[in-house]
Amino acid sequence: MPKKSVVPFGPQHPVLPEPIHLDLVLEDEKVLQAIPSIGYIHRGLESLVTKKDFQEMAYVAERICGICSFGHGMGYCMTIEEIMQLEVPRRAEYLRTIWMEMSRLHSHLLWLGLLADGFGFEPLFMHSWRLREQILDMFEESTGGRVIFSVNQIGGVKKDMSKEMLADFQKRFDQIEKEVREMTQVFLEDYTVRTRLEGIGILTEEDAIRRGAAGPMARASGIAVDMRKQGYAAYNDMDFEVITSDKCDSYGRCEVRIGEIFQSFDIIRQCIAKIPDTELNVPVKGNPTKGEAFVRLEQPRGEAFYYSRTNGTKFLDRMRVRTPTFANLPALTQTLQGCQYGDVPLLILTIDPCISCTER
Amino acid sequence: MSSLHKSPWLLHYDGSSCNGCDIEVLACTTPVYDVERFGVINTGNPMHADIFLITGGINSQNEQVVKQIYEQMPKPKVVIAVGTCACTGGIFKECYNIKGGADTVIPVDIYVPGCAARPESIIDGVVKGVALFEEKAKAFSLEKKSKKG
Repeated sequence: MPKKSVVPFGPQHPVLPEPIHLDLVLEDEKVLQAIPSIGYIHRGLESLVTKKDFQEMAYVAERICGICSFGHGMGYCMTIEEIMQLEVPRRAEYLRTIWMEMSRLHSHLLWLGLLADGFGFEPLFMHSWRLREQILDMFEESTGGRVIFSVNQIGGVKKDMSKEMLADFQKRFDQIEKEVREMTQVFLEDYTVRTRLEGIGILTEEDAIRRGAAGPMARASGIAVDMRKQGYAAYNDMDFEVITSDKCDSYGRCEVRIGEIFQSFDIIRQCIAKIPDTELNVPVKGNPTKGEAFVRLEQPRGEAFYYSRTNGTKFLDRMRVRTPTFANLPALTQTLQGCQYGDVPLLILTIDPCISCTER
Repeated sequence: MSSLHKSPWLLHYDGSSCNGCDIEVLACTTPVYDVERFGVINTGNPMHADIFLITGGINSQNEQVVKQIYEQMPKPKVVIAVGTCACTGGIFKECYNIKGGADTVIPVDIYVPGCAARPESIIDGVVKGVALFEEKAKAFSLEKKSKKG
């Protein structure tokens, strides 16, 4: 009878850019149980509503996480817009959609790079990040920031993209798409990569539902759930299908995210072709009236939930965010059960963990 | 010591930042900025590291972790606080769980401002850190010699 041992994993670990701690109960090399403990990045950001007014909170919301920053700002603004019954101009909705999809692009490329790093394929890591830098360049040209943009405001957006800029972006996106297609072939077809991904970290459809998985994690288990289909911002004008995979393993998750990269290129193309010429924002008068609202968005990592409650003053009563990584942690503990110790870093990466979001 | 100051090894730990600066630190080591061409290597082991890059503020949970990492690093060592949060606590300063910048628990040598800190300024901070590291290494070897003598 082999002895059980507990191996701590994290919070400081080479594979993790962010701290999370797992206690792994091992029997030889086999993981019997994984017990996560979080709190290393908890800041108590939601409590800032009592100190910053509802306009300033848009900047705070954006700093929930540096990777999905645009979506967080947008989600918060949408809740206040709903309470104040502001109708956001169509052009702003389109611009938000473009930036949102650009966020998804850079997030998924970042994830592909980290995954490659996780299974020790350095050149692939560097390639993904090289392509990601080109997306960041476009972010910088259009918003002024690389990771934190601050272009969202209640009632619309602050910055516009000119016709020339959009045409130029389209050309560059086409070029990047070509290069990404070449690179992703390695992820999907290379023998060594496939042996590291296929059959590792199985999460069946039933388990995914029971554990409440979200985003690409759920979609890779065959559940067609995508909040973009609700049709917020300009997604109701877009033509796209929810990408799913029935492989239920790490390869499936990789496949879904790669599919979404090309889908994002396609949605951006549709946006640039259809973008209407209207105002950028509507003026906000006074404080938000008493009320509450919630919004569900599809972030790169899955469904994010935003809730705001106002009381008629310039300070909010409560703001609440539920993020996709938090939803995916139970699914992670499920996939870690019974895996080999050497696969643990890879499996943690396959949920695309964003601990800053989770702990706020 | 010349091999050390020509090829400093970095250790990065995320205090309680929003992730923006962490990604920018990583972006420094990948193409476009690529500090590896100067011999700067990102390591995961505190015992191999010369320069400690810390992002984000300090909260009660990670206070001990930061202290431990700092103590595990061999002397001489340089600490660089990357981003406004690591410098002062930044936008999260008023949050109930933030104690302040990185200098509330460990001595910080260089402060890199910015929200998020740009890769150019992070590289600038590291270059300044290397110069300081050289000074510290000299002082350290003198100290060792005087102990022996």
